[in-house]
Amino acid sequence: MMPGGGRCAACKYLRRRCPSDCIFSLYFPANDPQRFARVHKIYGASNVAKMLQQLPANLRAEAADSLSFEARHRVEDPVYGCVGIIHRLHQQIQNAETQLAKTQAQLFGFINTIID
Amino acid sequence: MWYEAMRGHEPRSSSSCAACKLLKRKCTTTCIFAPYFRSDEPKKFAKVHKVFGASNVSKILTEVPEEQREDTVNSLAYEAEARLRDPVYGCIGAIALLQRRMIELQQDLAIARARLARYTVAASSSSSSSSCTFQNNDPFSSMLPNFNNFDAYGGNSLELNRVGNMYDLSQIPYI
Repeated sequence: MMPGGGRCAACKYLRRRCPSDCIFSLYFPANDPQRFARVHKIYGASNVAKMLQQLPANLRAEAADSLSFEARHRVEDPVYGCVGIIHRLHQQIQNAETQLAKTQAQLFGFINTIID
Repeated sequence: MWYEAMRGHEPRSSSSCAACKLLKRKCTTTCIFAPYFRSDEPKKFAKVHKVFGASNVSKILTEVPEEQREDTVNSLAYEAEARLRDPVYGCIGAIALLQRRMIELQQDLAIARARLARYTVAASSSSSSSSCTFQNNDPFSSMLPNFNNFDAYGGNSLELNRVGNMYDLSQIPYI
């Protein structure tokens, strides 16, 4: 249950009473209904509840945030989800490493020319 | 390779796919899971089922064009694996590591380019004379490459960092 007695976003979405020990209420506040809607669409409410319940209480907020992030990216890109970000970062890293190697080769070449 | 492209389109055997085996149901010819969760890879579906649930996976696959379903399954399997290894951060851990690597490389590249520009300017400004002047008194010590032996991604194995409150998910450094 939210402070003030209202239902959390999860219980509103699931159309049920929000108990005082609701596993979702701290991490899916009523003012952000889309956050729960997305994780429910991708993971399902019972999977999210299980994942949160299996964690120590002090890590649940981080877990809810990361689930929300991944769910948002999966909704936006159903094929790759946040794995698309990983692919792009790998490509960017590869490009940057190539550019760095080229620049450093130029520098070494420059120095060698000056030495000679 | 052509045989990899054909993997998702092999003729179906009469045995159940990994999904139907786990779900203990009859695997029909129209089973949406069968082309992507072969019976010889039971763990792949088990992981995806544990994280996402069979019906959610089915809905996602139904929403994407058929030619993109194999990529979809592979990315779901990757995310599921990451989430099972790191129940708090899942894929975010891998993203954060790669972001850090990208920032390091950008810094290294900026430094290398600045040095190259300095040497180029110094060399061109003294090209009329036979000697070159260096703006750095010790031109060689700063030339050592600043590479970390850091493998941010090693195939299917992920080294996910478990540090709290540190992932700025709003900042993805795209060049």
